[in-house]
Amino acid sequence: MFDVAVERRLGDAQVRVAFASADGLTALFGPSGAGKSSILNMVAGLLRPDRGRIAIEGRVLFDSAAGIDLPPQQRRAGYVFQDARLFPHMKVRANLLYGWKLAPPESRWMALEEATDFLGIAPLLDRWPRTLSGGEAQRVAIGRALLSGPRFLLMDEPLASLDLARREEIMVVIERLRDELRLPILYVSHDSGEVERLASHIVRLDGAC
Amino acid sequence: MLLTPDEWEVIRLSLRVSGVAVGGMLPIAFGLAWVLARTRLPGKLALDALVHLPLVLPPVVTGWLLLLAFGNNGPVGRWLEAWLGISLMFRWTGAALAAAVMALPLMVRAMRISIETVDRRLESAARTLGASPWHTFRTITLPLAMPGLAAGAVLGFARSIGEFGATITFVSNIPGETRTIPIAIYGALQVPGQENAVTRLAVIAVVLSLLALAASEVLTRRGGRGSGLV
Repeated sequence: MFDVAVERRLGDAQVRVAFASADGLTALFGPSGAGKSSILNMVAGLLRPDRGRIAIEGRVLFDSAAGIDLPPQQRRAGYVFQDARLFPHMKVRANLLYGWKLAPPESRWMALEEATDFLGIAPLLDRWPRTLSGGEAQRVAIGRALLSGPRFLLMDEPLASLDLARREEIMVVIERLRDELRLPILYVSHDSGEVERLASHIVRLDGAC
Repeated sequence: MLLTPDEWEVIRLSLRVSGVAVGGMLPIAFGLAWVLARTRLPGKLALDALVHLPLVLPPVVTGWLLLLAFGNNGPVGRWLEAWLGISLMFRWTGAALAAAVMALPLMVRAMRISIETVDRRLESAARTLGASPWHTFRTITLPLAMPGLAAGAVLGFARSIGEFGATITFVSNIPGETRTIPIAIYGALQVPGQENAVTRLAVIAVVLSLLALAASEVLTRRGGRGSGLV
């Protein structure tokens, strides 16, 4: 599924990682500052590796040797950030449909109603993002990512800013994404409990490598 | 208070000069604000200083520099005359140019701050959702920066309406052509017995300024409605 081997210098630190994983959820596990988020950004196309190769389900997104570097909008990543990053000037509905409208019809695989049912966010559609709780915002962010027709998900500590009850709620959602939708997920965390429960494959990162 | 035809002429001219000044300067000010806020140009500091020059120079000096550059014997003025048949000297277009130059620093400052406050992480999110850089700019950056951009435009408009020193130096005081409100007030002050005219023009200036202030307030409020990152 994920076939990643990249390196990138960030200030004084050198981020270097290589892993290949099968189905399910691949967790990047390590302390803060190990460059976990940078790796997700490289997979998403937001950060350019100095060299390496990124392929997902056989599709090459980046290959420095071959001169391949797809821009973020062509990578079809569903990126869920730690801070939901909902667009503050759009209501929940417009946030959810932002990526859906941009996706070519043949690559959409979920409709708005399916997403709102799946995540239990139908009552939130006409709300402004700033009126949502952390858990609600995170579910909307997941819905927005799913509706953009992604081929894989990138999740950057999606539980970190939530309280215990909300964590459980989002964790159940992530398990369903993994088991029911069978989406390849690359998941970043520094919480071992979270990783043990969710991950089918764990990639350990040390501090600054 | 009923206005005389002369007063109407002064108001119309002021609005036209300021409208053209701000409208014409808007894309330039936005471009400069963008460069200053988002790029790492080597000469950024010098550009920043140049943009702010009209704010710190005596307006008379700015007017004189405009005269040197855009006057009929100036390098730019001669070029405009020869190739486009345009002369800015003693014309309302010259007044608009002076007002635009004086308004530029204020517009760039407000716009730069509003561009800087747009959370770039939201732009990254848009990119991963399939938006091209241009679509991201149109749907995320521009709407989020809009209150500040509008405030910058209103500020520039207010500054243009009040512009005096550079204008009178560059294009003098010609009725119907370059006699804007401040210049008409100054002209009336030079003539004994015109106190009444001065008062009326001053009231007009106050009203226009208050309207501009109210407009900027409304624009800022409206923009603030959905803001705040969640």
